[in-house]
Amino acid sequence: MQTTKEAPVKMPLDDSNPLGRPDFISVKDFNFFYGKKQALYDINMDIPERQVTAFIGPSGCGKSTLLRNFNRMNELIDGIHNSGDIRILGKSIYDKGVEVISLRRSIGMVFQKSNPFPKSIYENVVFALRISGNSKKSELDECVERSLRGAALWNEVKDRLHESALGLSGGQMQRLCIARAIANRPKVLLMDEPCSALDPIATVKVEELIRELKQQFTIVIVTHNMQQATRCSDNTAFFYLGKLVEYADTQKIFSNPSEKQTEDYITGRFG
Amino acid sequence: MDSIASYSLGFFNNDPSENTKVIARSLKNRILSGICIALSLLTMVPLISIIFLLLKKGLPLLGLNIFTELPPAAGMAGGGFGNAIIGTLAMVGIGLAISGPAGILSAIYINEYSPASRLAQAVRMVAKLLTGIPSIICGVFAFAVVVMATGTFSAYAGGLALAVLMLPTIILTSEQALMGVQSAYREAAYGLGATRFQAIARVVLPDAFPAIMTGVMLAVARAAGETAPLIFTALFSQFWAKSLNEPTASLSVLIYNFSTVPFPHQIAMAWTASLVLVAFVTLANITAQTIFSRRH
Repeated sequence: MQTTKEAPVKMPLDDSNPLGRPDFISVKDFNFFYGKKQALYDINMDIPERQVTAFIGPSGCGKSTLLRNFNRMNELIDGIHNSGDIRILGKSIYDKGVEVISLRRSIGMVFQKSNPFPKSIYENVVFALRISGNSKKSELDECVERSLRGAALWNEVKDRLHESALGLSGGQMQRLCIARAIANRPKVLLMDEPCSALDPIATVKVEELIRELKQQFTIVIVTHNMQQATRCSDNTAFFYLGKLVEYADTQKIFSNPSEKQTEDYITGRFG
Repeated sequence: MDSIASYSLGFFNNDPSENTKVIARSLKNRILSGICIALSLLTMVPLISIIFLLLKKGLPLLGLNIFTELPPAAGMAGGGFGNAIIGTLAMVGIGLAISGPAGILSAIYINEYSPASRLAQAVRMVAKLLTGIPSIICGVFAFAVVVMATGTFSAYAGGLALAVLMLPTIILTSEQALMGVQSAYREAAYGLGATRFQAIARVVLPDAFPAIMTGVMLAVARAAGETAPLIFTALFSQFWAKSLNEPTASLSVLIYNFSTVPFPHQIAMAWTASLVLVAFVTLANITAQTIFSRRH
């Protein structure tokens, strides 16, 4: 366990994005353990509103673990514990009054392997509304069109909304999962390697979509693909062995990293 | 030539001894496949011969009166076994009404709520042990719990015996069905803010439903054919049942009774009853499979 406290990494927000709060998601002295194994060490970082922040690093470096703490998905695993704090819009997600269910409802999540339910396209999109007890047809219809348009899928599926989602192509399925994740108008969109199972053309579509979506959502994306990070993120955080090594403007990380480890990783010398 | 090289040469190897080896290997392969095909055909022989025998001996008496009339008295001709058909349906229904919800809910608990808990492990072990228990013991249990308490043989007692018999099958097959649901579906549901109940009710159960129903139908098929647990719980009756709280006829006990008497008409009727029972079970299985396998 690391004892020395590092100074919080400076937020690379500049004037080019005056939209949102620079500390929209704020991670403070965050440590995380799977049983006795420590997976994250003293993470301090601020993630700005309505920008895309990419987490990169080799497998097992803790980037997905941190992502899955933002909506407390890790709590589905037995024997985990953590210390420190994560705040979203200044409010701690670990406050006693916070219902994990409502936290997850206000944060969308897209997984590595597209996982539409074995239901119709329509029912997939409105799932979040249905579980919050909304069954007004006009609102559901509106939500389906808005979400599918938001995920750039509407034109491809508008004539077969009531057909099974499992008949879509891999890229369409993943965009459907994005539509499902944004149906509830969440503030944050978490994406855990959303393109790793997609072919290059489907990947380009999802990346375009990510750039589109950041106008409305704060996006955190875990990726193994460094070109992807350069193509669609504003800020990049490099993790290694459970520590946040470097966090800066994406351009700076990839052109002029200040840490040797970051440079070695992005130039492919390890990882 | 070293072994690795000759191994990888394959088609390009001109060594004649290598060729003989390949021919020998493919011959061995063919013989083994032949044995497998022959043995799988052999396993179909009992089933086909049973069906053939049932049709041959059961069809002559099959008519509408079989379903509408009461069993004939000893030595008499004519009649049917409508009361036994109703009795079997009623008792399997009672058994299913008890073991279905209990079994499926237990499976949900041990697979979805706390799979590693002591209680879950205990339920799992008891269910496995229960599958090995002779069916007559289920009858003994129902006899002690219902017949001795109420002082009468009844459809309730028979139904309870069948419920005990069906329960382990339903628990274990439902658990398997739930395990077969991709964890990615659960993850997606939780990620969207579903409670555990919502994830189970809206995502997990609908996906596992066909497989659960297949298990339930297996249990029903087995229970419908059981004689031992019914003999001293429901007993038998020559009459139409007026309530569920009196001795009740069933197809399986009728077959047992009629096949042990010296009257040819009764024996022929036992064959017809067997045919009807097998037809019911098969029909139920086929309907269940066609209905429940239709899905996204």
